Amino acid sequence: MAILEVRGLAKHFGDFKALKGIDLTTMEGEFLTIVGPSGCGKTTLMRLIAGLEKPTAGDVLLNGKPITPLPPRARNIAMVFQSYALYPHMSVADNIAFPLKARGIAKAEQERLIHWAAGILRIEPLLQRRPARLSGGEKQKVALARAIVRKPSLFIFDEPLSSLDAQVRAVARAELRQLHDRTGITTVYVTHDQVEAVGLGDRVAVMQSGTLRQLGSPQQLYNEPESTFVAGFIGTPPMNLLEHGGTIVGFRPEHALPRAAAPKSADVAAFSVRIKRIEFLGAEWLAYGSADGQFGNVNVLCRLRPETVGKVKAGEVQEFVVARHNLRFFSKATGMRAGPSPI
Amino acid sequence: MKSGGRAGGQKEPPQAPVRIGLADRDGAVGTIMLAPAIIYVIGLVALPFFLAVALSLSDATVGNPGIHHFVGLGNFVSAVHDAAFQFALRNSVIVTAATLVLLTILTILQVELLARDFPGKKLAEILLILPWAMPVALAAVGWLWLLDSEFSPIDWILRAVGLLGPGTVLGPANNLFYLGREWLGLGAIVVINVWRTLPLSTIIVLAGRTAIPDELYEQAALDGAGYFRVLFQITLPALAVLLIVAILFTVLVIFGDMTVVALTTRGGPGYTTQILPYWAYLKGIQGGELSEGAAVALFLFPVLLAAAVLVLRMAYRREE
Repeated sequence: MAILEVRGLAKHFGDFKALKGIDLTTMEGEFLTIVGPSGCGKTTLMRLIAGLEKPTAGDVLLNGKPITPLPPRARNIAMVFQSYALYPHMSVADNIAFPLKARGIAKAEQERLIHWAAGILRIEPLLQRRPARLSGGEKQKVALARAIVRKPSLFIFDEPLSSLDAQVRAVARAELRQLHDRTGITTVYVTHDQVEAVGLGDRVAVMQSGTLRQLGSPQQLYNEPESTFVAGFIGTPPMNLLEHGGTIVGFRPEHALPRAAAPKSADVAAFSVRIKRIEFLGAEWLAYGSADGQFGNVNVLCRLRPETVGKVKAGEVQEFVVARHNLRFFSKATGMRAGPSPI
Repeated sequence: MKSGGRAGGQKEPPQAPVRIGLADRDGAVGTIMLAPAIIYVIGLVALPFFLAVALSLSDATVGNPGIHHFVGLGNFVSAVHDAAFQFALRNSVIVTAATLVLLTILTILQVELLARDFPGKKLAEILLILPWAMPVALAAVGWLWLLDSEFSPIDWILRAVGLLGPGTVLGPANNLFYLGREWLGLGAIVVINVWRTLPLSTIIVLAGRTAIPDELYEQAALDGAGYFRVLFQITLPALAVLLIVAILFTVLVIFGDMTVVALTTRGGPGYTTQILPYWAYLKGIQGGELSEGAAVALFLFPVLLAAAVLVLRMAYRREE
């Protein structure tokens, strides 16, 4: 178990500033996810932590000790690549044994550790196979077994699920989290998929164009986004953002209720919405519309519960209300969180 | 709303009648495509081969090349008993094997060098490829000068640093006479062979080296592997097939080639640096004994065939 700390980490590729000074500290045994759109620098951050690139400025510390000058093999950090990077000409057992052999661990101990790791991931029947004969999910398990077998201080995952089918993905995600909970190894997990980030992480770091926008628990990010970027990035569908004078008003789709369905006594703000389309999603319905009048016809999504669907029809203008404590305000100039303003 | 209303009386695009030609008949296309290869193999490989077999069993000479009398294995027996042939067989094996070993090591070194980025890499690439692009005659002049019995620059350097000449390690003569001594001559032949085959094998293997994904090397670095572990457990296994292909090419070229010997030692002194293909040429064409020359040349065949079959088999097994 270990604490990873990143101080003022910057990386420039020529004129391009991939990272513009990142500060980040994990907790011991934490599962931290890093999320952001492609090109935001999250993979560069990973590679700097692993030692595959040298930073332009700043430091990486593990348990308080700077590891910035160390080569990757001296860092005891295990990384699982998106492609899994299995050694193609080695059997599964040899793949898992590779980091052990590199450390000069005795043959008998190697055997024991291989079976221990293969047992955790339930891949013992695959040990004699070549990577070419494995499915995507099996490859991932082998890559994970190879990562845990040497008991690293830190796990790094670089989008490990993105090459799996949607169906295998949910299972693999649960598997990953289980593995973390079982080993208790501090884990940094990079993804571009906010659903994955929010679902997996103890805490989530949101990155945008080389900077860290917000770090917090999934609930904090969802309920109290610090900027319009985070508000629009986290959540499926994301927060509705409406311009109103010098501020931007935000509310979650599930907080908008048709006027008729809202309790009479509540302190609410009202929006008239022209409904364009209603979509059935199973447990709920999604209304696509535009906020009329003072909000400049901006697109709005509202989540409807089955009992209120009957009250909303496509093509009509409908009044929606949002409880005032569910409104979030942002400065139009900076996009950062601001105090409430009248609406 | 219905999509794509046909407003304005749009017409269907005109349909050209489809003609079925020769190119649509798979059998015919296959035959036409294969024909050049088949004609080539029959005309330039099979026919000369059977002609050589027939010649080797006859008493034909350059003056009287008709195959009229078959003399059985007599040509083979007399060829084997010839001292020159025994030297030639030994030297062909030694030269080929030594070239292979040196070539394999140097190919791996060059590929490892060229797979990395360093200042002046483009220039290094050009210099390393140059022997391949150089005309044989020009290269021969260069090597003959380097190995000259009197004016060799190598000897000059050795003399300058005090290793050659009267009273030194390599003395007492002022020259080493590279092409005039048995083992120095064979060594020179091996060096020239390596020099001219290295660019091709490097290019073949480098193509495979650049195809290995970087992530594999990064993973190995994170797994704690050092340089030699990565070289022997990641790089070389991945390059095995291409290395075998490069070696196959080299065996076939070196074992059957006579130009290097013909341009340098000419098999001398005596027959001590003779090799099989050059001996077959000297015996059969220069010496006029067509039938015995063919018999000598046929000794090359089983070695080349075995090498080709073995290596192709290994290559296919590796890919499974």
